[in-house]
Amino acid sequence: MRQRSVLKLDPAQVKQARALARTAGRPVVNLAKRHTTVSVERATLRLAGLSGADHELVPWVNHLVDAVRAQTGLEYGVSLPVWDALRRGVAPDLATLAQKAAGGAVDFRIPEGKEAATVGKAARSAVARGIRTIDAQRARRDKLIARHGDPKQKPWIYLIVATGDIYEDIPQAQAAAREGADIIAVIRSTGQSLLDFVPEGATREGYAGTYATQENFRLMRAALDETSKELGRYIRLTNYASGLCMPEIATLAGLERLDMMLNDSMYGILFRDINPIRTFVDQRFSRQIHARAGIIINTGEDNYLTTADAVEAAHTVTVSQLLNEYFAKEAGLQDWQLGLGHAFEINPDVPDSFRLELAHALLARTLFPKAPLKWMPPTKHMTGDIFRGYLLDGFFNLVGAMTGQGILLVGMMTEAVVTPWISDRDLALQNVRYVLNAAGGLTEDFHPPRDGFIQTRAREVLGESIGLLERIVGDSDRASGPPLLAAIADGTFGAMKRPPTKGKGLDGVVAKGPGYLNPATDLLEEGSTR
Amino acid sequence: MSARDAHEARRRRENAQPGELSLAEPPSKGHGPIVRPYGDTTGDGMVQVSFTLPLPHDKRAEGAAVRLAMQMGIEPALLVHAKAIGPDFTFFVVYGPVKHLVDIREFEIVEREYELLSSKEVNTAIKKHLRRKLVVVGACIGTDAHTVGIDAILNIKGFAGEKGLEYYREMAVHNLGAQVSIPELVNTAYDLKADAVLVSQVVTQKDAHLHNTSAMSAAFREAFPTGQVPHLIVGGPRFEEGAAGGLGVDRIFGRGTTPGEVASYLIHALVDPTTRVTPTPAKAKTA
Repeated sequence: MRQRSVLKLDPAQVKQARALARTAGRPVVNLAKRHTTVSVERATLRLAGLSGADHELVPWVNHLVDAVRAQTGLEYGVSLPVWDALRRGVAPDLATLAQKAAGGAVDFRIPEGKEAATVGKAARSAVARGIRTIDAQRARRDKLIARHGDPKQKPWIYLIVATGDIYEDIPQAQAAAREGADIIAVIRSTGQSLLDFVPEGATREGYAGTYATQENFRLMRAALDETSKELGRYIRLTNYASGLCMPEIATLAGLERLDMMLNDSMYGILFRDINPIRTFVDQRFSRQIHARAGIIINTGEDNYLTTADAVEAAHTVTVSQLLNEYFAKEAGLQDWQLGLGHAFEINPDVPDSFRLELAHALLARTLFPKAPLKWMPPTKHMTGDIFRGYLLDGFFNLVGAMTGQGILLVGMMTEAVVTPWISDRDLALQNVRYVLNAAGGLTEDFHPPRDGFIQTRAREVLGESIGLLERIVGDSDRASGPPLLAAIADGTFGAMKRPPTKGKGLDGVVAKGPGYLNPATDLLEEGSTR
Repeated sequence: MSARDAHEARRRRENAQPGELSLAEPPSKGHGPIVRPYGDTTGDGMVQVSFTLPLPHDKRAEGAAVRLAMQMGIEPALLVHAKAIGPDFTFFVVYGPVKHLVDIREFEIVEREYELLSSKEVNTAIKKHLRRKLVVVGACIGTDAHTVGIDAILNIKGFAGEKGLEYYREMAVHNLGAQVSIPELVNTAYDLKADAVLVSQVVTQKDAHLHNTSAMSAAFREAFPTGQVPHLIVGGPRFEEGAAGGLGVDRIFGRGTTPGEVASYLIHALVDPTTRVTPTPAKAKTA
């Protein structure tokens, strides 16, 4: 897409905003590097090929990590004690070892010196096989895109399915693709983000969504591969790397060739009350996986606007986008992988609400010219009046078309009424098609006048963002921990106070010891394959 | 017109039976007890409906749509729009007069005993009447690990487009999560000086939800002096809404309850009982 600087932002200000985001983010990255979590360790075992669950559906990776933790702690990571046990011949493979360990029949220990080096090599070679599978899936995606092609239009059209039953989701997803969707997102079951394990197998019951499991990923990707072939257009698949199992879900997504993942740096902290340190550690690992797998991440800034006022809190979106960009790039993601989020959530009764939306959307577009921004439809002001909602969605689509958004989540007029019916989806897609067809070329004509309403508003939001970032960076009233954590504890984002000492999943965070080994992190950071 | 017909006509003007057309003149203000939909003329009965049939779009599908509309009481049914959705479905829009009448004397409205308030009104009420934060403690008790319900009510993420109680500035919300033991819940509620305790029970195997709830309320009544027991609320998909007394709790919420309803109820129950919805003369507007 051709980029024009229609907003005339001050380049020095833009630079300052990025520098502040880096200053705020770096101490958090350092903190993340010093810790591991149970889910990072389980993801490592999954890369080494351990899958499946016992008869009570407790995954073997959970059994093995818990057993190791109970005996040696996780300060050294799970890899050294596990591959040491394999080397000693306690079990022939990981699956058997996990079963034995679950029964309490394995003594784990931390190997030292030369022994540790040998064990480390064995672990690395096992984990590298998983990394190479992710590499192969990425190559396969590139090949399929070359064969079937990308969507003809921008933005790409993003539709949601969520029946709870993977075998119902599949035909619905295929039908949605035939109706024009370029990206299918399978919403997860309510509450999965708070499960400290990944469910197993194909699942047929979920609350308001379908469980994210490796088998469900595989089934849906295979179905969409068929549909891609039929339609001559590569249909992308999306799921959610969030919650307590973020690193494992990201890993499974890489192994099963998902194409996009919801992956926000702070969403779990603010909206799910997950411990901040747990989140940042899990985030970094999952983003490293996404970077390697060629997965586009979608961040969750739209959520701020559902709790706070979309005009007053516009700058918190920008600040979060800048932080998400910093954390993403630090983890190795490229610009084309940054589906930074924002949303059309200004109260339609506010005068000039459409002009304000345009200003905010253009600000995001201008600040992140190479990122495929994700444009989210109205939800907060969808009242159940489906006729008014249809009009609002039309204006939302128009902003998307006029500001060159990369990914457009299709708004449903029945938002807040029912999960979308087949006719809702059809009408919604007609709405999108009409607007893109009628006004898609407006990006060429649309030049808000110099120092007019839109330019002024965009500069104002950028200014407020810099102000907020300065306050965050300067938040040093708590001696312990990075200023960003202090800001989160103070309720800076989404009006939620989340101290680093509280929240779900804290007991799964472990400070790394001096001999800590994680071959997955090593391979990801080096970019190695063996 | 025979005398019998005239009598019948008068009866139908004054007191039409459900299911028959009222001949009453519309009163100059408001409405009579018998109503039908209004398009652009009083008594025209006009409605619009839209639906999808699992049929490919052809004459037969359109015939089926008209037939369905007639069976819904729309006669004559005017099919104004039909469009294929893929090869197997067709979407229809139908207009027409509906022959049904509604007698508004025929049914009773079950009013909720509390007024639905906005989050702003909730916060204002607490500030004004309580002058401190309203302390709410929530948990799943027993072996129940399904925090879906309690999280939907308490977490800021909320449910059905409404933010959870954490979102209310004037509430101090403590979500203890899953598998909380009853003594732990009682102690925490005591330490935090809880105004209300919310307990979610999803698992109903062998009536676990009923046993847990009774045990919980008994423990609270034992631990707190009479009159100082926090307001006890349970929620879950399988409770009967009238069973609160029998289980020793103050209120039961069933499936589909939203955070806004719980917040409004808490205000009514604990902060400002004048938010009760009763047609008191001062408040009566139209009813």
